[in-house]
Amino acid sequence: MRWIWIDKFVEFKSGEHAAAIKNVTLAEEHLHDHFPHFPVMPECLMIEAMAQTAGILVGEAKNFEEKVILAKVKKAVFFDYVRPGDTIRLDANIESLGEEAASTSGTIICGEKRIAEIELMFSHLDQNLGGKQFPEENFVFTDTFKSLLWGIRIEGKEVASGTEASE
Amino acid sequence: MGMSRDEIFEKVQEVLTDALGVDDDEVTEEATLMGDLGAESIDFLDIVFRLEKAFDIKIAREDLFPAESIMNNDELVHDGKFTEKGLQELRDKMPHTDISDFEKDPDINKLGDLFTVKAIINYLEGKLQAA
Repeated sequence: MRWIWIDKFVEFKSGEHAAAIKNVTLAEEHLHDHFPHFPVMPECLMIEAMAQTAGILVGEAKNFEEKVILAKVKKAVFFDYVRPGDTIRLDANIESLGEEAASTSGTIICGEKRIAEIELMFSHLDQNLGGKQFPEENFVFTDTFKSLLWGIRIEGKEVASGTEASE
Repeated sequence: MGMSRDEIFEKVQEVLTDALGVDDDEVTEEATLMGDLGAESIDFLDIVFRLEKAFDIKIAREDLFPAESIMNNDELVHDGKFTEKGLQELRDKMPHTDISDFEKDPDINKLGDLFTVKAIINYLEGKLQAA
């Protein structure tokens, strides 16, 4: 299986806000253990889904030049279960974006139901480790993650040089 | 803006209880961020962001928490202890902190003891008055 907990971006405003959806399916192995005869999406994986949504938003804001990693879960509050057959929508907003770190807030909903409120902090690895060396290439944003943005409309960024800005 | 030291202290208390998940009464002026309140380096970033928001000012992280570059510089920190040059660098970068106790045993492992709630309040007082 692949470690990707969102299926598709439905909104993307560079440097500000992104929304992604995830479809929950009984084809996900872990649901059969969590829990037997009562499958619900684990909250930790919802946090990971939010981390992927917000992390890509933060990464894209700096053109994927920084190695953005999740550093702190500031708040994660859950209000309801998520079951197979549900489609959840994850909305993430950038609260602050600096040289060394970024802070995001977000919500998860399923239809009208509020599922979670999650606040995260990300660290820009190269700016933070006091000289420790990491591989040059950005191993955080593999094609698996970047491909989620291919072909979608990113507000606030030019599509390519020489074309009109996608506003 | 004219904030009193007490008002600054209350706001700092709120920021630290939110960022570190500690109780109000644990956040005293003498409390050290790392020792008493359990802060780690990522918390420092969170605290700086929240302070910026609470006081509506810009804070460079190195102003409050000197960069790792000091600690990796052999002229400033040698064999796990700060040299005289290193101590001078600290005095320059953290004028809002009293390092006289630290100077007696400038062990790098004790650097965390310098980061007190009082130091943050001193720093903010200076910054807000200048604004």
